Amino acid sequence: MMPFTMPSLIAVDWWALGAVIALSVGAMLLLVLEFVPAPPASNRGAFVTLLALLAAAGSVLEVRDARRSLFDGMFLHDGFTVFFTVLFCVIGAVAVLQSWDYVKRTRINHGEYYALLLSSTLGMVLMAASNDLITIFLGLELMSLALYVLVGFRRTRLDSSEAAMKYFLLGAFASGFLLYGIALLYGATGTTNLAKVAMFLADSPMIGNPMLIVGGLLLLVGFGFKVAAVPFHMWTPDAYEGAPTTVTGYMSAGAKAAGFAALLRVLLVAFPPLMSEWRPILSWIAALTMTVGNVTALLQTNVKRMLAYSSIAHAGYLLVAVVAGGLDGGSAALFYLAVYSFMNLGAFGVLALLGRGAEERVTIKDLAGLGFRSPMLGLAMTVFMLSLGGVPPTSGFMGKVYLFSVAVKAGLIPLVIVGVLNSVVSVFYYLRVTVAMYMQEPGAEPVEIAWAPSAAIAVVITLALTLWWGVQAQDLLTTAQRSILGLL
Amino acid sequence: MTEYVPVLLFLLVAIGFAGGTIGLSSLIVPRRRNAVKNSSYECGVEPVGDALQRFTVKFYLVAVLFILFDIEAVFLYPWAVTFRRLGLYGLIEMALFIVILFVGYVYLLRKRALEWD
Amino acid sequence: MMHDIPLAWMLALSATVFVIGVVGVLVRRNALVIFMSIELMLNAGNLAFVAFSRALGSLDGQVFVFFVMTVAAAEVAVGLAIIVNVFRLKETIYVDEINLLKG
Repeated sequence: MMPFTMPSLIAVDWWALGAVIALSVGAMLLLVLEFVPAPPASNRGAFVTLLALLAAAGSVLEVRDARRSLFDGMFLHDGFTVFFTVLFCVIGAVAVLQSWDYVKRTRINHGEYYALLLSSTLGMVLMAASNDLITIFLGLELMSLALYVLVGFRRTRLDSSEAAMKYFLLGAFASGFLLYGIALLYGATGTTNLAKVAMFLADSPMIGNPMLIVGGLLLLVGFGFKVAAVPFHMWTPDAYEGAPTTVTGYMSAGAKAAGFAALLRVLLVAFPPLMSEWRPILSWIAALTMTVGNVTALLQTNVKRMLAYSSIAHAGYLLVAVVAGGLDGGSAALFYLAVYSFMNLGAFGVLALLGRGAEERVTIKDLAGLGFRSPMLGLAMTVFMLSLGGVPPTSGFMGKVYLFSVAVKAGLIPLVIVGVLNSVVSVFYYLRVTVAMYMQEPGAEPVEIAWAPSAAIAVVITLALTLWWGVQAQDLLTTAQRSILGLL
Repeated sequence: MTEYVPVLLFLLVAIGFAGGTIGLSSLIVPRRRNAVKNSSYECGVEPVGDALQRFTVKFYLVAVLFILFDIEAVFLYPWAVTFRRLGLYGLIEMALFIVILFVGYVYLLRKRALEWD
Repeated sequence: MMHDIPLAWMLALSATVFVIGVVGVLVRRNALVIFMSIELMLNAGNLAFVAFSRALGSLDGQVFVFFVMTVAAAEVAVGLAIIVNVFRLKETIYVDEINLLKG
């Protein structure tokens, strides 16, 4: 019998695992707390969630410079993990602030809402930290399963339930592809560990093995679904429209970032030897994703749906960075993900404030005149729209400039041309929202604005980050570059 | 191969017992055919309508909860097989696993998911 | 001694089951049947894992199968709950008739 050695965890490891522990303990605590009576307007769930997220982010930041490989190399603590863990925790915290009042207004203020939010954050953290296809799959499923339920959380409404069903069926379909891809890769390489896959590929004449190619393609299909890349984007508009608005914001930022985190790690750690195979495929997907996303967004009247197509388009821009690859491409992707997350969260946060009670007023018409009725909100929404469109002096502009310049350096001129043309097209529909807010008269029944202190804080945070990174991007850029270094 | 002989014997006895009792009872059973005998349920309520009808969602709940808690056994078996070799570490890990499941159990108990009425 | 079944046969079976699952998802319109087809895809993956695990003489594949089974059970719990909820609101689970969201 093989001897079994007990893994010895030193202090650094406990800090590194702190995020995972804090998030899971928080989620379980919330479930148990459900049975301690509380008034219907209680903020207990939100408090506990914020605390768990803070503890998780603080714990990994405590050892941010360490590099540790835990559990037989399944879980990696490196700059990449720290970057994404902190990103997911902040996204989660902003989502909690936005949900604080929203869940009470729409009468879905259950402890389970926050427990699921923490569970899916935990899934995202695992996806970013995994160095093994098994744990990536588990993290992805944990995130997805929690999100399926969150999307259908307004369970007395048909649109929410329908969105959940569509998201679930297509998400599970994608998981099937991903799993089969992993199975084939395991068969071809004999391991699921990303580093060992890379070692196997490096000195192997098996590069042309069809099992390897098919496995890789199925893996791409699975990730393509999760990050909403064309032609695997069909679920996105329905799921985004039907979900509670705060959940839409959370998943548009978090789930996309997590999908890209896992994709980046798999491509940059395990598959550099196959670069000539996956680069052209991803280039085509990137071009298609940008174009289909932006052109379809032009036709939308529901802002949530429009932002869903816009998020598809942004997945396209991000894929350009992934295709560029290497240190530059990777750091551009990280930079853009951080920037995109907060401008998108901000936009959905503003939408979540519109409407009385459980009604949802999110068409372009509903936004008419908002700029005069609530100057602060109008200004915030304008900044988010400009940033999403890539207009200076916002963070979206910096993100696009850096991303496209990296792509030019990598020689992807055609993709950059497609990307820049698409950015120009996208400004049209983002400006439609701004035009409605400032140049149209509100309808017969102007939409009510449900201000709440926590939501205001969320708007201020997202707005500040969007503007700050627009003028002072250097810090974030250095962090992104440092974080990606560990992968290469 | 000799260690499998008892298994084979058991198999034969089991098949013989099952086949024997069914065969014997079919030989000596009294046969009286009438309308009541031929209905699907000899006693109880007359069957009415289609078999494809909706039934209470509580069955679904019980079935799903069973699956979820049944799956844990999948992880307990390999652990039980190598229990001695994994030692204290394995015991702690498994205890954590069970505690997490127990939290779920407490949750659904307090949600009255296991009460039929 | 049992005769060894060649790896190719097991993979052929697994691939067949996978394709049946994919086609099922694409052509059937009943949400439950679609879901069953998805489960077929997952189980095809399991079959491939076990086959490879045996061929490679490594246990990783079998361990992976345990996790996939757990994930599949969790998916059943969440998925059926969502489908039951849609049925309660709409009295149908045919995906063609559930079309509130479009555009």
